[in-house]
Amino acid sequence: MAETGSTPEGATKPPPDAATGSVPEVPTVWRSPGAGTRARGGAARRGTRALRTRTSAVLVAVVVLTVLAVPALVPLDEQAVDLGSKLLPPSWSHPFGTDEVGRDLLLRCVYGLRISLLVGVVAGLAATVVGTVVGALAGALGGWADRVVMRLVDVFSSVPHLLLGVFIVAMFRPGLWPVVASVALTHWLSTARIVRAEVLSLRSRPYIDAAISGGSSRLRITVRHLLPGVLPQAGLAAVLMIPHAIWHESALSFLGLGLPTHEASLGNMVQAARGSLLAGDWWPTLFPGLFIIIPTLAIAGLAGAWRERLNPRRRSELML
Amino acid sequence: MARMAGRRLLLAVPVLAVVTFGVFAIAAASPFDPAKAYAGSAGLGAGQDVFDQLRENLGADRPFVARWWDWVTSAVTGDLGDSSTLRQPVADVIGERIGWSVLLCAVAFALAVTVGTALGVLAARRRGGLLDRIVTSLSYTLEAAPPFWLGLLAIWFFALKLGALPAGGLTDTGSDVATAGQVASHVVLPAVVLAVSQLPWFVLYVRQGVGDALEEDPVRGARARGLRERTVLLGHALRSGLLPVLTLVGSRVPELITGALLVETVFSWPGIAAATVQAATSVDFPLLAALTVLATAAVLVGNLLSDLLYGLADPRVGFDG
Repeated sequence: MAETGSTPEGATKPPPDAATGSVPEVPTVWRSPGAGTRARGGAARRGTRALRTRTSAVLVAVVVLTVLAVPALVPLDEQAVDLGSKLLPPSWSHPFGTDEVGRDLLLRCVYGLRISLLVGVVAGLAATVVGTVVGALAGALGGWADRVVMRLVDVFSSVPHLLLGVFIVAMFRPGLWPVVASVALTHWLSTARIVRAEVLSLRSRPYIDAAISGGSSRLRITVRHLLPGVLPQAGLAAVLMIPHAIWHESALSFLGLGLPTHEASLGNMVQAARGSLLAGDWWPTLFPGLFIIIPTLAIAGLAGAWRERLNPRRRSELML
Repeated sequence: MARMAGRRLLLAVPVLAVVTFGVFAIAAASPFDPAKAYAGSAGLGAGQDVFDQLRENLGADRPFVARWWDWVTSAVTGDLGDSSTLRQPVADVIGERIGWSVLLCAVAFALAVTVGTALGVLAARRRGGLLDRIVTSLSYTLEAAPPFWLGLLAIWFFALKLGALPAGGLTDTGSDVATAGQVASHVVLPAVVLAVSQLPWFVLYVRQGVGDALEEDPVRGARARGLRERTVLLGHALRSGLLPVLTLVGSRVPELITGALLVETVFSWPGIAAATVQAATSVDFPLLAALTVLATAAVLVGNLLSDLLYGLADPRVGFDG
């Protein structure tokens, strides 16, 4: 098995080490599109990219405002059942139609997005904290501690994420916290790798040497000098984690292993709509799915722009 | 090569041991009670002493390390315990279902590789062009779309609206025997959905690989020799651009398993992934533990295959791993 980088060279670009059971964090897709292409359509491409960043930013703002404002401003109850108006197709009074017990789907989608975003942000942050601490410790301690930790990361990544998540939730009973925990426990691996690589590359900088000669303790160097250096990368990893976490939560909920079924999570809504879909009513299925896709693309587009700024050499042409 | 395969198989042993250990540790930390799971609804109203007795009989009162060791030693002999929901040995459950899962995944994977390569080459031919932009945007959207949602929409459209394909299961309702024709018509929809969920990755990788190769010297040389564009694209650019993709194919196993978990559930496909979900919803620990380990083993095999392919496809890479 290839030595998973105890060298700083392994830092910026994790080796495509299939032995670790992971696709490299940065697929070749994200690398520079190559000189020739850039010469051909440089300005136009930059324009498209700026437009995409702006669109993503606006979309993210709209999503955040909606999930924050609508529950406060709209006095309607998303759980309110109205059996007289069940499964109405989209219309002016119900733009997304109504579900099998007559609840307004637009309102429910907004509430679902709210819960999914909440789970996504909390789980993404938790995963990032775990990954940053583990990665920073491995990178700063080095030696056998590093090797043990990175081997553990390899082992962890040979269990498919969703399967491990399913297992954890099944053992701890479905609910908000098991879902958050299962997402956090399965998604810290990539952050740990990135942060460790960053720490390794920072460790060889002169100012760290200066701190060591100045007699700073190892802990102090890690906390004062190394951690602040990795924060931007960790922050980026956290944002990139949010769409993953949303996806993961909706999948678990759809399988009946996520949030409680009465909760308007997007995955629960798709699951609940299965019956009406088989009867031919498409709208209760279609809209919650769109509410998963659009924020995912918007967040990924914004994070892509951030990544370009952080790693200008690794010019990303693409999003996700 | 054989040496490398052997070494990697040896390395898989500790990995699997750690994974099983982790599985038992998680179960021990959780509120899951093997005795209650074993008793099922028959345990309702039973007193504490009954459960204590049951726990002792099942060996569940011992520390989880001891139970883990028991499980490992009997697993080596092929005894994976009994599934508490399906009331049959776990090994039988796996044996009955694994073939269907392999069939589904193989069809889907072959489809994803072929279509993905074709679309990737088309997009790479003129990067930044209209076709490229359509293909890449579509890929991102599909990558963001949950497979279960795609599956349900596919059922709605192809099975309900068009009535062209069956909505799920393995055979038509009423027939018990799985004939080849029935299975073939039932596998189409789930396999296509699973393939579509894996497609974006292939398209984007092939597009990048071929696009980069188109700007390299061999292609420039081939163009200078006046070869036809088609020959240059398929004979030169595709050949070198596909190399990095082929070698990463094996590392797609985790994503394939994730996709299968969702797709098999949506289409009621009688495979092993659907059994995993059933085992999870009914907290069937013996089945769940065995399937988690099986999935991990599949991932390790995929990694090994991908490394072997890497060495075969690119002679510069040695087999010293």
